[in-house]
Amino acid sequence: MELVTKDRNTIDPLEAIETHNNTATLAINPLESEAIYIFREVVAQFEKPVLLFSGGKDSITLVRLAQKAFYPSKIPFPLLHIDTGHNFPETIAFRDKLVKELGVELIVRYVQDSIDQGKVIEEKGKYASRNSLQTTTLLDALEEFKFDAAIGGARRDEEKARAKERIFSVRDDFGQWDEKNQRPELFDHLNGKISLGQNVRVFPISNWTELDVWSYIAKEKIEIPSIYFAHTRKTFVRDGMIWSADDAVYREEDEVVEERLVRFRTVGDMSCTAAVLSDAVTLEKVVEEIRASTISERGARIDDKRSEAAMEKRKQQGYF
Amino acid sequence: MEVLKIATAGSVDDGKSTLIGRILYDTQSLTTDKLEAIEAKSKANGFDYLDFSLATDGLVAEREQGITIDVAHIYFSSKTKSYIVADTPGHIEYTRNMVTGASTSQASIILVDARKGVIEQTYRHFFINNLLRVKDIIVAINKMDLVDFSESIYEEIKADFQEMIAKSEYKEQNITFIPVSALLGDNVVATSENTPWYSGNTLLDHLEGLEAQDVYEQSHMRFPVQMVIRPKQTHFHDFRGYAGKIYGDDLEVGDEITVLPSLTTSRVKEIYFFDQKFDKAGRGSSCTITLEDDLNISRGDMIVKNAERPNVGKQLEAKVCWMDTKELQPGTQYFLQSGSNRILAKIKGVSGVIHTDFSGEDITANSLKLNEVGNVNILMSRPLAYDSYTENKISGSFILIDAHTNTTAGVGFVK
Repeated sequence: MELVTKDRNTIDPLEAIETHNNTATLAINPLESEAIYIFREVVAQFEKPVLLFSGGKDSITLVRLAQKAFYPSKIPFPLLHIDTGHNFPETIAFRDKLVKELGVELIVRYVQDSIDQGKVIEEKGKYASRNSLQTTTLLDALEEFKFDAAIGGARRDEEKARAKERIFSVRDDFGQWDEKNQRPELFDHLNGKISLGQNVRVFPISNWTELDVWSYIAKEKIEIPSIYFAHTRKTFVRDGMIWSADDAVYREEDEVVEERLVRFRTVGDMSCTAAVLSDAVTLEKVVEEIRASTISERGARIDDKRSEAAMEKRKQQGYF
Repeated sequence: MEVLKIATAGSVDDGKSTLIGRILYDTQSLTTDKLEAIEAKSKANGFDYLDFSLATDGLVAEREQGITIDVAHIYFSSKTKSYIVADTPGHIEYTRNMVTGASTSQASIILVDARKGVIEQTYRHFFINNLLRVKDIIVAINKMDLVDFSESIYEEIKADFQEMIAKSEYKEQNITFIPVSALLGDNVVATSENTPWYSGNTLLDHLEGLEAQDVYEQSHMRFPVQMVIRPKQTHFHDFRGYAGKIYGDDLEVGDEITVLPSLTTSRVKEIYFFDQKFDKAGRGSSCTITLEDDLNISRGDMIVKNAERPNVGKQLEAKVCWMDTKELQPGTQYFLQSGSNRILAKIKGVSGVIHTDFSGEDITANSLKLNEVGNVNILMSRPLAYDSYTENKISGSFILIDAHTNTTAGVGFVK
């Protein structure tokens, strides 16, 4: 699906500067400016940062912001993808293309390996998901590479527990979040000092809303995986939500598969990410749809519906 | 779109979270699934009304106790603005969270319970907003429904509050009083029929009328260098850019600049933002600049305009708000961090604890406890470029980092 224009990644930097030689005043986008500031603080304050890349729109936005923060240098840290094995194939193809264009290092660690090593046990049955299993694989990867800062695309508007998250969020040796004992964050004075064994989760787009992300993607003409746009897909309906009829998604015999015109609002593990009916085939239409929407983005995430404090519990255990 | 950052402050049960929930509800910012969750929970708790505080109290402990413990960030938008609300706890032991919320906000809503009027905590809330020089203060006199929407009670509270303003140090704040009922919605988004004696704006209308600016306000240009960008690629072999955020005022190509603390001078050659060059960049922009001359500049240095030099020195006096359970004691070492600059520092002395009810200070105190504000004298191991907080909020403020636990132990406002 050719929906977006040529990506800026492929433009020769020198050519770009000459053709964009403006004589104007730089217009400020306060959220973008804040995110770039945070990226630079991470690289300056930590020895080995890494960007957690899921292939979703938020992490793709992070990549563009990182490009902006360090230009004309390349992005000075690798991307880490925790692969649940239940990815949308479109996302993986997109990921590999992006990494190649940017010339950055991609590290992939597999939840399947954690299962095979007996570190986690796969959930079974109707609502089985590998989403919470990711935490173990993530913590192991952070330890393996001695990453001291993991940059993520979580936003405070997503969920109530995330609304209390800091920009620099300190985690202990076990990756745990001590929500009642968080460091105060004042002005732009970001404190990244940590003790041995601790690491930090960093959230540069904390203050963005879902609509902010989409508006930015549209304005910047950032390429995103095709599953974010309306497409015909084999699906079935359970508990009022639309699920992709793939092998990775458990399906009862009486759950009927039908082709529907759908798109995804978040790109997580296939087994816990529901689709929405949509005919939005362009970024402009997607932005319009989000603006008019009355259901929150995580309303389509079954993992949050397990209990009212589902996210808080996962975060205490090291989920990002 | 403009982004307006607001903080809220109030005592326990003043209805702060309810007020925010009400704004979200009345501006149709609550999505169906969130609203359904609130309805279900309100019903389960046996309420015959919607408990909007459920929209913001995010942690399990908070929902159990029905209070706000930590700063929660809430987002909503109107046709003209995006709003970011830092909802902060009212309990005295969470004063540090209130300071945190106010530090990144341009406006503050202080809640007063109409039945209780101006109480000790109101003094403290206003004191902090005054200390931090938050520009716009909205005093929401809440629970008007419980005092029969009485004009005389509203006027009494307003008079008490004004008495407090008269005692404050910073008098240039814009202070607005609004009678509201967060629970029933009076004067929050819709004009109330119960307050015919009130001719002012509703809370949301008032917020809509504020000009969204960054919290750092107009001042002298300050450019703290975050990092040096040296790509060492063929195209940019000799490129040496200084990455940072511009505070206070515009920066233009050709500006004569001084680098601190070295006092070397040069001129701005280029201003980059990603792959584009600009002649001028406004305050608030994160850009990368190059200079005409090859200077030795590193992270922590500050670039300023020649005619607008700040103070440079190894000693400063500041008002410090203490945020750690471990007391601030003279002789102790901390890291002082202002923007991108982190310097080993030593507390020379504490010369008094300031009463947060505007009744002066206790000059006999020589240490600072959690949630106290005091006058502190600090010695640094290297010279720091700084302004007074009244002149410049970014170069006039700093945090103190505990050298052992690495926690942010306090925040300082340079005198």
